[in-house]
Amino acid sequence: MEPLIESFNYILQNIINALQRGSFYAVISIGYSMVYGVLMLFNFAHGDIFMVGTYIGFGIATVLLATFSGLVPPPVIFLATVVITMFLASWIGVFVEVAGYRPLRQAPRASAAITGLMIGIIFETTILIMLGAKRLSFPPLMETVNYHIGGIYITNVKAMIIIISLLLMLALHAFIQKTKWGMAMRAMSYDFLAVPLMGVSINIIAPLTFAVGAGLAAVAGILYGQAYPILDPYMGVLLGWKAFVAAILGGRGSIKGAALAGYLLGFIEIFVATVFPSTLRDFIAYSIILVILTFRPRGFFGMEHSTKLRL
Amino acid sequence: MKKIAVLTVVAFCAAMMFSSLAFSARKTIIKIGINAPLTGDIPKVGEGSKYAAQMWLEDIEKAGGLDVGGKKYEVELVIEDNESKAESAVKANTKMITQDDVLAIVGPQSSKQAVPAGEVANKYKTVMISPWSTNPSTTLDRPYVFRGCFLDPFQGPVVANFITEEFGFTKAAVLYDVASDYPKGLAEVFKQAWEDKHGAGSVVAYESFTTKDTDFSSQLTKIVKSGAEVLFTPQYYNEVPLIVSQAKNLGWTGPIVGSDSWGSAETIELCGEDCYGLFFSSHYAAAGAKGATKAFIDRYEKTYGYIPDDVAALTWDALRLAQQAIQDAGKLTGKIEKDREAVRDALAQIKDFDGITGKMTFTEEGDPIKCAVIVRINHQGEYEFYGSSCP
Repeated sequence: MEPLIESFNYILQNIINALQRGSFYAVISIGYSMVYGVLMLFNFAHGDIFMVGTYIGFGIATVLLATFSGLVPPPVIFLATVVITMFLASWIGVFVEVAGYRPLRQAPRASAAITGLMIGIIFETTILIMLGAKRLSFPPLMETVNYHIGGIYITNVKAMIIIISLLLMLALHAFIQKTKWGMAMRAMSYDFLAVPLMGVSINIIAPLTFAVGAGLAAVAGILYGQAYPILDPYMGVLLGWKAFVAAILGGRGSIKGAALAGYLLGFIEIFVATVFPSTLRDFIAYSIILVILTFRPRGFFGMEHSTKLRL
Repeated sequence: MKKIAVLTVVAFCAAMMFSSLAFSARKTIIKIGINAPLTGDIPKVGEGSKYAAQMWLEDIEKAGGLDVGGKKYEVELVIEDNESKAESAVKANTKMITQDDVLAIVGPQSSKQAVPAGEVANKYKTVMISPWSTNPSTTLDRPYVFRGCFLDPFQGPVVANFITEEFGFTKAAVLYDVASDYPKGLAEVFKQAWEDKHGAGSVVAYESFTTKDTDFSSQLTKIVKSGAEVLFTPQYYNEVPLIVSQAKNLGWTGPIVGSDSWGSAETIELCGEDCYGLFFSSHYAAAGAKGATKAFIDRYEKTYGYIPDDVAALTWDALRLAQQAIQDAGKLTGKIEKDREAVRDALAQIKDFDGITGKMTFTEEGDPIKCAVIVRINHQGEYEFYGSSCP
């Protein structure tokens, strides 16, 4: 009986590990999918928007902690950090759309993809020039408490990451399904040539989409800073790639798909390393994804016609 | 039209004159290349290298230049950033050797860059001293490549012995970056040494990740489950804090032991109290140092505001080794190929060099025979001398 409980605990522990990792992939990959849904292009700067969002969160958190620590309860500081960072980071999203993609809206999709990569590099080097190459340590916004429940370890930070990510995605779902702006975004994703003729301006909907994606990425950044508190200007590259994989796996343009695939990616990464030697982790994990895509090229929830699109 | 042609010719001649002037002036300048990771994964390592080099240059300038065979030479540092990437380190070496005509190169620091960069230096027959690279391949079969520190085949057993004697443990776990030469090489050596001591299978978990990973939860969950008593992780300062805190959060209660890559000044700044009380092997311990080592530490701290790490101390030693080799060469001919060869021969001859990280005599491979230090991170976050082990 003992070893059975032990291996059960072991699996449960890894499920929690995977949920944490998957939360980041899910929230970030949604940003790729939303933009693809509306503009039919992948915003390759998204990983670096996440990075900039994390740095903004770092700045806000540092300032708020220095001014209000001890005066206001920590959850208030945390909430204020999230709200202010979301607001500021969404303007980064707007900037990327207006400065980077809008001039290229009629250009071939490949040009837009390259632009995304360039913007990403510009963001990385801007942070590098402004703050130097030194690693920064994200200040903890709450005291870590480690709960030990029946052989499983879970910190309050881990639980918070999993819950807040879920709440964010539910809020986004409500925004897209229930509000007028959300309806406009859905309409745009249905036909971005005809809908503007009906009086819905793409020049408002496109930046809005980028703003929402960037805002989500920035919250992911704050949570990331709590879980992995070391910041560097290139932190968004690998995470961005992996989230992009999740966006493709979930089906281009599908927010539900991106979220699910994000979690799936987290699970695959964690459990492959659990079962096989960790040296082979990425090799096996991404081979599995390659196999899935071979049999289902449009991903889980991709639209039927999306295979005929240019990108 | 004619005027323009004449003017062009005049300008061209003037340019030629100046460039030949520059060419002749160049001969009284000695250029030393520094190949360091100023940006990238471990910028603190690059900063330490740069600062130590600047301090060394200051001394030379104060003395009015470098005295070689009775003639004063001006010294110039060519500092190149290798972005902590292997390919950039190769590029930096090639540029410094072929374009800047450096006489010798100090760097790169980590083995990931030093191994490939050493090949370039050896190919172009230019002396390269890597202060911090402990992987054997860096100097292996490369007569022009030297180093300022001990090797991993020495360091691995030192750590294994230390853990066995200090704690009496028999089961160890290893977590390392499989994509980087230094951690991978050292992890293998440690595993070998540990299993020689405690029998096959005594390394109960041997887990890896790849550079830039930040989540080690599945590996650490496995390590916790494996029943290991100690965790050895030969990683850099940007990963150590993540590994230590995640291990704690997943229920790891045993000691975590590191290697010389932990020695950076930034490890404690990023890791904080989580790292207090942990041990690692290193090249020198700053707290409680004496003599020339203390003088160096005090001067560095006064100038740059923090206690120098082992990289800075080793870079200082490497530059002083290069300086002595250039002086021992006796006379510079001005022909760069010939001078480089003379410097190499002089460097290989150096005996009992009195460095701030210990006495050094090179073996035939260009590796010094040196002692290793076990450092304990005390509860003020200082690196404290705990013990030493000599070959």
